[in-house]
Amino acid sequence: MLILAATCIAILSVMILALARALKADTVYDRILGVNMFGTKTVLFIAVIGFFSGRPDFLDIAIVYALINFIGMIAVLRFFEYTAAEEQEDDTAKEDRTS
Amino acid sequence: MILETLSIIFLVLGAFFSITGAIGLFRFPDFFTRVHAASITDSIATLLIIIGLILRTDFGLIAVKLLFILIFLLLTSPTASHALAKSARHGGLLTMAETRDDKNKEAH
Repeated sequence: MLILAATCIAILSVMILALARALKADTVYDRILGVNMFGTKTVLFIAVIGFFSGRPDFLDIAIVYALINFIGMIAVLRFFEYTAAEEQEDDTAKEDRTS
Repeated sequence: MILETLSIIFLVLGAFFSITGAIGLFRFPDFFTRVHAASITDSIATLLIIIGLILRTDFGLIAVKLLFILIFLLLTSPTASHALAKSARHGGLLTMAETRDDKNKEAH
């Protein structure tokens, strides 16, 4: 039982570090990386807490969280990929107009 | 008794790898090295911790749910990291080597 508590604390510290990384990020992709790592660690944290408190039905929450975390990640990346592409198009469009 | 110690070993290793991943997030100089650090330890830590948890249950519905989480995470977290690196690449993010070459070109 003690080892489960130790794993909970370890995963919590990793989540805090991932969030700190997301806050301190220099590029927007660092933020997404921090949030992605936070999400996967939350799935593990829910599973370990489920075992620690002796309630195995937490695993359903962990499954749903893993699914949503992945979908959210791909949605954010799809969004950023197109806005980045549009920015490049705006630059080229501007050059055509100005030149 | 053996299963108990095995699960403790797996859990300790899993916790250790996830902490090294988090430290790697801060110490690595460049974005692409950070993605590498975060996604590798994500997979190994998930594998070890969930196997550690599976050893604690006799085979049943709980173990099947844990196996589903394990397989799902092992499939999706590398995919997400790859999509992240590809999107960063398309977004025009340069790797450390490329920025160094640009600086050399400007210097000469």
